[in-house]
Amino acid sequence: MLNFIAKRLLSGVITIWFIATATFFAMHAVPGDPLTQEKAMTPAVRAQLEARYGLDKPLFDQYRLFLGNMLKGDFGISFTQENRRVNDIIREHFPISAILGVAAVLIALVGGITAGSVAAYCRNRWPDRMVMIAVIAAISVPGFVIAGLAQLVIVAMNNAAGKTLLPVAGWGSVSQIWVPALVLGLGTMAYLSRIMRASMLEVLSADFNIAAKAKGVHGWRLFFHHQLRNAVLPVVTELGPTIAAITTGGFVVELIFAIPGLGRYFVQAVQQLDYTVIMGTTVFYGAFLVLVVVLVDISYGLIDPRIRLHRGRS
Amino acid sequence: MAKSLASRFARVLSGQSRWLVTFLFCLSASVPVYAQAVDAENAKVTLALATEPPTLNSAVATDTIASFVLAHIMEGLLVYGADGELAPGVAERWELDANGASFWLRESARWSDGKPVTAHDFVFAWQHALKPSTASQYAFIFYPIKNAEAVNSGKLPAAELGVVAVSDYELRVEFGQPCPYFLSLAAFMTFLPMREDVVEHWGGRYAADGDKLIFNGAYVLDKWVHGAHLRLRKNSHYWQADTVKISEIDMPYITADPSAQFNLFRDQQIAIAPLDTGLLNEAVERGFDIEYFHTGSLFFLEFNFREGRITGNHSFRKAVQRLIDPDLLVNKIIGLPGIKPAYSLFPVTVKGNDKSFREEYPVMRIDPDIAAARAHLQEAKIELGLSEWPPLVLLAGDSPRALQEAEYYQYLFKKGLGIELRIDQQVFKQRLEKMRRGDFDIVAAAWGPDYDDIMTFADLFASWNDNNRGRYDNPLYDRWIRLAQGSNDARTRFNAMAQIQRLVVEDVPILPTYENGALYVQNPRLKGVRRSIFGGDPLFRYAWIEE
Repeated sequence: MLNFIAKRLLSGVITIWFIATATFFAMHAVPGDPLTQEKAMTPAVRAQLEARYGLDKPLFDQYRLFLGNMLKGDFGISFTQENRRVNDIIREHFPISAILGVAAVLIALVGGITAGSVAAYCRNRWPDRMVMIAVIAAISVPGFVIAGLAQLVIVAMNNAAGKTLLPVAGWGSVSQIWVPALVLGLGTMAYLSRIMRASMLEVLSADFNIAAKAKGVHGWRLFFHHQLRNAVLPVVTELGPTIAAITTGGFVVELIFAIPGLGRYFVQAVQQLDYTVIMGTTVFYGAFLVLVVVLVDISYGLIDPRIRLHRGRS
Repeated sequence: MAKSLASRFARVLSGQSRWLVTFLFCLSASVPVYAQAVDAENAKVTLALATEPPTLNSAVATDTIASFVLAHIMEGLLVYGADGELAPGVAERWELDANGASFWLRESARWSDGKPVTAHDFVFAWQHALKPSTASQYAFIFYPIKNAEAVNSGKLPAAELGVVAVSDYELRVEFGQPCPYFLSLAAFMTFLPMREDVVEHWGGRYAADGDKLIFNGAYVLDKWVHGAHLRLRKNSHYWQADTVKISEIDMPYITADPSAQFNLFRDQQIAIAPLDTGLLNEAVERGFDIEYFHTGSLFFLEFNFREGRITGNHSFRKAVQRLIDPDLLVNKIIGLPGIKPAYSLFPVTVKGNDKSFREEYPVMRIDPDIAAARAHLQEAKIELGLSEWPPLVLLAGDSPRALQEAEYYQYLFKKGLGIELRIDQQVFKQRLEKMRRGDFDIVAAAWGPDYDDIMTFADLFASWNDNNRGRYDNPLYDRWIRLAQGSNDARTRFNAMAQIQRLVVEDVPILPTYENGALYVQNPRLKGVRRSIFGGDPLFRYAWIEE
């Protein structure tokens, strides 16, 4: 088991190193640099700035320096948010993305399981069709459209009520989490609904289900103890990658709902060619994704010995 | 069947309804009570910011958001008054001549810790901004001061700068070249005072957070949560605090999305929201008053004059001038009220002697004429010995408007001149880099004024200006600029500028396309907010809330 975990972790570290290296060189290949500004700079000023950020050194030396600092866990100072350390940016803003992400996953999970179960119970009848239509809509309509619509609905609601029922945007109170989290989790909710429906259909026609019914189990007990428990497994399997994807993919929702999450910094850094923030956020997100995947792998190994043995040998 | 299902659901709910009710209760109980966009009782205004200020260090700040915040929390020697004219700030009086300027500071001006604002704070700030190690992008704006350029390039120590504190309350500035617009510079953000002890104490972290700087303006920055929230509160140490009517400016939203800002405005959470083309119609339909102001910036097509570029051919540029109709571009293509067609290097907002420069020196208009354009192109082909005109690259920005505009030019070039125009659409930094490298034939560029004088536009195409991205090099143009820069006489300067204006129309180093304007909606109870090109925008220093 330890051997297995060590192997997973090692491959995770190699993946992160690869992500960091590829990003570093791709970023430097883009025309311009973080010092490019609207107003031309005098050569003296430019030289000063290049020296301060180490941009005057050959590219490979910069890479070596970056790797060394990365090992120490230091990503340096942002170019655009002058005076702010990249580590501080990640430390202050990732928890916000994480809270939003966890709320989104919770909503997606509850909604997806409920909708999927209802659809399976009412197979080929109108509730099933409605759920499936909603699923297709939620998967195909882009997030920013849904986010904009959600805001319009809130504004209309608040105007009709004459007071603030739900806040339009912003961050800082519990009520400001739910709507953006719903918008962020909607696509995943739809995806999970489909998996849940398929899996529930299988369970409903399974022998043990019929046996349980024959034994006289019915109602909520039948649903929770016999059907849901079995049907929910494939959904749980999807959970790991889903958490990672949602937590790191909230840029549009963060922008529209004025939420100070890390996604915004990640995207802005690329637009602004803010080298240090690009590297910091990419490596951080990369490490986060890799970690979640490794954890999922390990948990599979724990749950199912066959997986561990098989992978252990290869 | 539908009914049976509904009743089944009803039964399901009754079993679980305790939880549902509890959940909904939690949800509604956590809704905070919001203050309105304008709160007359507490004299509080709530706003949204597009981005957070990248820095509030006045020596290195360059962007409009920092300029807006700094205009509220700091005060320079002079300020822009409620009427938009220059007014006394920390300086209570001053004298200006061809060789320099003297400022006498008021003794009642205080920092937010109660210490007096002295002439030394200005000397320190200006020297600091010019030090090569500060690497301030706005250092050039000090260059009319004696030795400023030499200090900035490291040839002289900072102490050699032509600025001295004669006493705690008297500042003497010596010019290296005449600078009749120095008073407007004295109101610019890079000229704001800085406290040496505070800057030294925080070093590289100065102004990185709200508690790492000190204020001498009408407000103090009382909260700064990065990326999320800024709040300004009235500064009790401000020397004319009794004239400040808005006591709190709260900015709990930071989003660059105009729709989100408009939704917040509709929900009465914020007092001002910008409008774009899509939102304008919605705002009109909802009966909001649409407000407008001229941002003072000029958009233009800039030609590449580097070796080997056929865009350096004069007949070709005349052909493009005859081809493009700014009036049509603005009214039919951009279609946003407030944006005006441009015909001159100098927007209508540039000041002249008494009135605006454009009123005093009207620009010669060249009417669009396809036949003339084709004739010019024919001449160009003969001059260059070309039978076929090769495709040209138009470098453009990545905003929807920039693309719309570029596609319009593409159509015009093809239809009118039979020239293929390839659009090279680039995000901001990459476009700037390509402009710097000269990697274009024509670029859709823009320029906003840095200081309140005609020279901020005029010297842009002088051969020595690094912002002259097309490398236009005309000795005649340079001569008029040097003449104006060397003179303190308004008449001489403006006559030279009239020559520059004529030269731009005749020689077409650039082709002006439009002057930018901004549309916005504002809460009708909020009065006296100054929208302006200089001195921080929007300015709430003189605003009040109507009961």
